[in-house]
Amino acid sequence: MFNRDNWKEIFDTIQKNKLRTFLSGFTVALGILIFVVLYGFGNGLINTFNEFFEDDATNTFFVFPGRTSMPYKGYKSNRQIEFDNSDLADIEESFPLFLEYVSPRVDRSGMVKYKNESNNYTTRGVSESYQFAEKTIIMKGRYLNQEDIKDKAKYAVIGRLVEKDLFKNESALGKYIDITGSVFKVIGVFQDDAGDDEERRIYIPYTTRQLIEKNTDKINQIVIGFKPEIGYAGAMAFEGQLGKFIREKKYIDPNDQRGFFIRNVADQLKQNQQFAGVLQIIVAFVAFGTIIAGIIGISNIMVFVVKERTKEIGIRKALGATPKAVISTILLESVFITTVSGAVGMIIGVGMLSSLGDTLKDYFITNPFINMGTAIFATIVLILFGGLAGYIPARRAARIKPIVALRDE
Amino acid sequence: MIEIKDLHKSYKMGNNSLHVLKGINFKVEEGELVAIMGSSGSGKSTLLNILGMLDELDEGSYTLDGVPIKNLSETKAAQYRNKFLGFIFQSFNLINYKSAAENVALPLYYQKVPRKERQEKAMQYLEKVGLKPWAEHLPNELSGGQKQRVAIARAMAAEPKVLLADEPTGALDSKTSYEVMDLIQKINDEGNTILVVTHEEDIAHMCKRIVHLKDGVIVEDKKVEQVRAEQYV
Repeated sequence: MFNRDNWKEIFDTIQKNKLRTFLSGFTVALGILIFVVLYGFGNGLINTFNEFFEDDATNTFFVFPGRTSMPYKGYKSNRQIEFDNSDLADIEESFPLFLEYVSPRVDRSGMVKYKNESNNYTTRGVSESYQFAEKTIIMKGRYLNQEDIKDKAKYAVIGRLVEKDLFKNESALGKYIDITGSVFKVIGVFQDDAGDDEERRIYIPYTTRQLIEKNTDKINQIVIGFKPEIGYAGAMAFEGQLGKFIREKKYIDPNDQRGFFIRNVADQLKQNQQFAGVLQIIVAFVAFGTIIAGIIGISNIMVFVVKERTKEIGIRKALGATPKAVISTILLESVFITTVSGAVGMIIGVGMLSSLGDTLKDYFITNPFINMGTAIFATIVLILFGGLAGYIPARRAARIKPIVALRDE
Repeated sequence: MIEIKDLHKSYKMGNNSLHVLKGINFKVEEGELVAIMGSSGSGKSTLLNILGMLDELDEGSYTLDGVPIKNLSETKAAQYRNKFLGFIFQSFNLINYKSAAENVALPLYYQKVPRKERQEKAMQYLEKVGLKPWAEHLPNELSGGQKQRVAIARAMAAEPKVLLADEPTGALDSKTSYEVMDLIQKINDEGNTILVVTHEEDIAHMCKRIVHLKDGVIVEDKKVEQVRAEQYV
């Protein structure tokens, strides 16, 4: 098989039948290429899904107040539910087993000024633990701390782009900015993986916000971080108990779906991962189909090739070619072509995927990739079947009586 | 060299059986140049195919150079063909994507002759048929007579015991036919055994012996005075 003469003979045949070689090679290369690219896109979709959640912590609930839709315990329907500081303390007290942190969230939008520069930004009143929920990364200075909250300090932590907008090339740290009429000292600058919107925010202590707003104790939303080790089941149980607790405290009918809302990030993540998993299965199925189509393609070409070469096989047999020699020539040729073009298709595919990177992000495909093991496995499968596809007609051709083969025109 | 006894051959055509050869007894000595003649359907090509181990006989016996040819496996038949026989076909049967020299070297490839020796031998035989300058040409760049001469060189390259020619001049005009016959006569002069199937009288008379086949039996077997083709070239 590894005789130099055999290979010379095969290379001669390949060289002198360029169209045939090109067609079979093209089929195989295309099959592998499409497989690799599709599979990579599947992985890219999963990456996108994961990225949606990557910039925020996933062990988080967001609790929003709503308006009741049922009368309950003497309260009328259509009552606005409000949260206040006591709710924070109560939640903290009631769920020590589950809880990692609680933070309120009070969003206000307004004009922010520094010297001659001004712009409209969302200012978010939070507590020090909100940093974990948003996975905020401090670039310089520091985040809010417990003291700031307690002292109702007029401190602000601003986004990277806020600094860029208002301070140009200056450092904002230690400077004073005007947020809707109140002066705050910038104590930190942050960045956030979620992008521009998040980086145009300003964090201040929620207590300071309440003080500005006539010393109220109302809060918009409650952000709750649970201990990651309680797991998915624990999170679901916690969500149930938390809901019950709020209903009791705020007198909301157990069947009222509109009094308040809990957004459970862990649950959403899990659902999305399942969705992505199903997508991946569908993509793998399509990719597998492509491989099958490739196998059928190469089989067809091999049948045609052997048919076309029937007369040549007859001549060779008349000149003394044994059936084994006939089969091995055709088989080695087909395996050689599939191996080379399969490798080419695979390399082009992998190259395409890695050069794409984030360019298809708008189509929900992020960093598409395929692990080499899968790509090589698919290539080997195609080579094996390409070989088999060559072997069956070659064996049949080798069995034809030379006299029959010679008559073939 | 060749000995055939009571050879029968029939072909199945659906439900009918076509009895082509009906008891042939035939002997060829070494160095003979035999023409097998007959109208189409007389069984002459079938006889040649059996002699060439391209087809199998139904009944009778066939001995080639003392070796009984019977129930051969495909592999064995291929080896015997390679060792004993050289073929010259009416339609030349050259491999169209191989050059003249590569075509001539092909039987040697199956004899596992080393590459260098193969090339040397191929050139040597191409020279013999006067086509050395065309060694690198592809068959479709050659005329019919040249193609047949390449085929003859190929048949001889393996140095077979017997050359079998099936209508070697069938596709050629008379001038080229005589050139080819001249070549065949010269090869025979060197002591090679050659069988030529033909239906042309003048070609047959350029051999030394004519065997007439009719309806699957030999009706005439005579030695003739050889007409040299040289004088017509």
